[in-house]
Amino acid sequence: MKTGFCVFLAAFVALGASWFGFVYGPLKQLGVATETKVLQSDDKWPVQRTGDATLGLQVYRANGCAACHTEQIRQTGAANELSLMNLGVHQATDLKDFIASLLGTVPELMNFSNAVAGNLAGWKGELPKLIYSGADDTVVLLLGDKLKAVGVKTEARVVATGADIARMGWGVRQSVAVDYLYDSPVQLGNLRAGPDLANIGVRSPDLNWQLQHLYAPKSITPNSTMPAFRYLFTVKKIGAIPSPDALKLPLTQQPNEFTPPPGYEIVPTAEAKQLAAYLVSLKNNAPLYEAPFTPITAAK
Amino acid sequence: MNSAENNSVCSNEIDASCRVPLLALFGGAALWLVLGLALGIAAMLSFHKPDMFADCPFLSFGHAQAAANDLLLYGFAIPAALGVTLWIFARLSQSPLALPIVPVVAANLWHVGVLVGTVSILLGFSTGHPWLEYPRGASVLLFAAFMLIAVSAVTTMGFRLNRELYPSHWFLFAALLWFVWSYGTANLFLVCNHPPRGVVQAVIGWWLTNNLIFVWLALAGVGIAFYFLPKIAGKPLASSGYALFGFLTLVFFGTWVGIPQSAPVPAWLPTVSAFGALLSVIPVFALGIIARKTVWGAKVPCFGGPFCFIRFGMLSFIAANLFYISEFCPRASRVLDFTWFNAGVTQWQLLGFAGMILCGAIYEILPRVMDRELPFAKLAKLNFFLFAGGTLLFVIPLLIGGVEQGMKLRDANIPFADASAVALKFLRISTTGQLLVLLGALCLLLNIFVMTLQWKLGLLKTVVGVVKDSLVEGSAYRPLPGDKSACATLQRDEEVKP
Ligand code: HEC
Repeated sequence: MKTGFCVFLAAFVALGASWFGFVYGPLKQLGVATETKVLQSDDKWPVQRTGDATLGLQVYRANGCAACHTEQIRQTGAANELSLMNLGVHQATDLKDFIASLLGTVPELMNFSNAVAGNLAGWKGELPKLIYSGADDTVVLLLGDKLKAVGVKTEARVVATGADIARMGWGVRQSVAVDYLYDSPVQLGNLRAGPDLANIGVRSPDLNWQLQHLYAPKSITPNSTMPAFRYLFTVKKIGAIPSPDALKLPLTQQPNEFTPPPGYEIVPTAEAKQLAAYLVSLKNNAPLYEAPFTPITAAK
Repeated sequence: MNSAENNSVCSNEIDASCRVPLLALFGGAALWLVLGLALGIAAMLSFHKPDMFADCPFLSFGHAQAAANDLLLYGFAIPAALGVTLWIFARLSQSPLALPIVPVVAANLWHVGVLVGTVSILLGFSTGHPWLEYPRGASVLLFAAFMLIAVSAVTTMGFRLNRELYPSHWFLFAALLWFVWSYGTANLFLVCNHPPRGVVQAVIGWWLTNNLIFVWLALAGVGIAFYFLPKIAGKPLASSGYALFGFLTLVFFGTWVGIPQSAPVPAWLPTVSAFGALLSVIPVFALGIIARKTVWGAKVPCFGGPFCFIRFGMLSFIAANLFYISEFCPRASRVLDFTWFNAGVTQWQLLGFAGMILCGAIYEILPRVMDRELPFAKLAKLNFFLFAGGTLLFVIPLLIGGVEQGMKLRDANIPFADASAVALKFLRISTTGQLLVLLGALCLLLNIFVMTLQWKLGLLKTVVGVVKDSLVEGSAYRPLPGDKSACATLQRDEEVKP
């Protein structure tokens, strides 16, 4: 490196390359994305937010909720599942024997006999009954066909796998680029001090719940470490007509630390209401081409 | 000025030309460092006592955390590094600083920008993009100030007599370009009226974050270390050939890291980043080894002096960046993503690596440019021990806690609350470390502050003296300290060239 120009050139080329890769490339590839279709439906995805929910994103941004919460679900893979839905004329015990004989005789199924038998062990006939879950779809298709032939109804499903998905209510599939199409700024977050919120609108769709949680997280989760956002609420003397927006705190025998003094009510500010509207708009429940899963019954 | 005169330019004159700009840059930087650490502690209090700021929006975690992080990077690391760069360039050029008034103005612009940015975040006007939270007004100020300082630095660099560049030149010069381009791009796209739609925003954000926190800090920190280590050890840099290799691999590979493996973006982006991260192991080791070889066997009394700072900084450079790189390893990322681990690594890079080297450099430079001893030399030593112990106590619990939290988050049968609770006890230790770092930063601030005061008092005395003399004798001119004609013959240190 003899001259400043050489250094300049090296740095220019190096940073220029990554600029093309990580700024220009994504702008061209993702910046022009448009909404997609929800699988097996005519609905469009993502749904554009309206009114309060749109403003709520700005409240979320301004208060830095993303410092503690992510809005992205990860998935490690996908599994094919087969469940028994209706046994028709059969009894649980003879169906078990029938399946065991299939697993013992059909060559393609032999590899899976342990897995299926394990699922059926101790089964007394409760429905629906998951009999196979795994990467392979031969079992699902073949066994499903064979059972259909004898009048047993089964359901084949594709499900996303991974810890995020397994946590009930966090979401049913991974987050993909198109989910964020209408978010600005995109609030992905990078720390899970609190739960992921990508699907909070499905998990807790009740506005009053959201408001109460914001006002006093501990009133809902007793050992919550989420800070209360009391500054988004005002404590008001109840006037001639009580405010229609006032928080409906759960009725308790004794007033506790969260209940306002008698004659007072807790009224959410406009910001709090917008934030709650935004939260219930967060959903991760539509199957997409990029992230497929089977949402509804596809019984054979 | 003829060439004979030019050669006789002595370090004193160079130092004097840097005095005011460096005071402006370092003084502000030290103040922001203290405020940033204090705000960081305030933010962490939310975890020790969640409802502490329930009625006080400004200090709630989401506000304080972002403001604190930005203060460490934009408030402290960047202006301090710029100050050191100016001085190193002047020294290497054997010439006084070019346009010394420009960096003084720029430093003030910069600090106003940081102030505006911080207040905006606390009031809820953050842009919502990590590491780019400052709203437009503030970032325009920062950008303009940076450009001005860069102009002064590059002009000074152009004054050098020896055409050949020293390795520190490459690193520090590249750092100037790096910031302008990446910060400019990110602001242009994200902090404008029509940002791109959707997740591209996050991708650009990650690109910027990596280019600042990993590449920029590495360029600046290593560039500074490569200037001071040979001087302190009294040996030439262990091969500028290797340094060139380290430099090129750093800029060519390092810039591709940054996209998290779990990111909801097309798969090629995280994959490229994983490769970039893998390759970035090379410069991290290469540069670390060069530093090690340079000081190997040198008998330098160190006890808390600048050498200690810089050596600790280079060790942190290797450790912190290897942990950083591990975040982008697909397997490890499944555990580490979304945990405290990332925050711990970033703080290590910012404080343990860049912060350490910068403090060491400031303590080395200040007595020279001010032409007086540090007012509290003992506190400077204490600063080292507080910083070293504090950063480790600050970040290591975050790393361990992050891994434990990540293991628990991976298991859907463990309730979420348990995964958070496990991190909590580590956070308590971590905050103690943060407190120690804050005390260390106070030592720095006190030294700079008192030095500035002493200097101003000295100036006042001289001025009063001159006025008095002229009244009494009617005679005019008496040289001020640091004036060219007062240039002492004493040449404090020869440049150690490879
Ligand atoms: C200091 C970290 C922190 C901040 C900041 C924070 N949260 Fe939380 N949040 C948590 C924790 C921890 C929980 C889990 C305990 C609970 O449910 O209260 C949580 C839970 C939640 C839940 C319920 C999730 C569920 O699965 O039931 C919602 C909704 C939520 N937060 C919204 C917000 C919003 C909106 C903001 C910004 C105004 C915010 N949080 C800021 C830590 C935080």
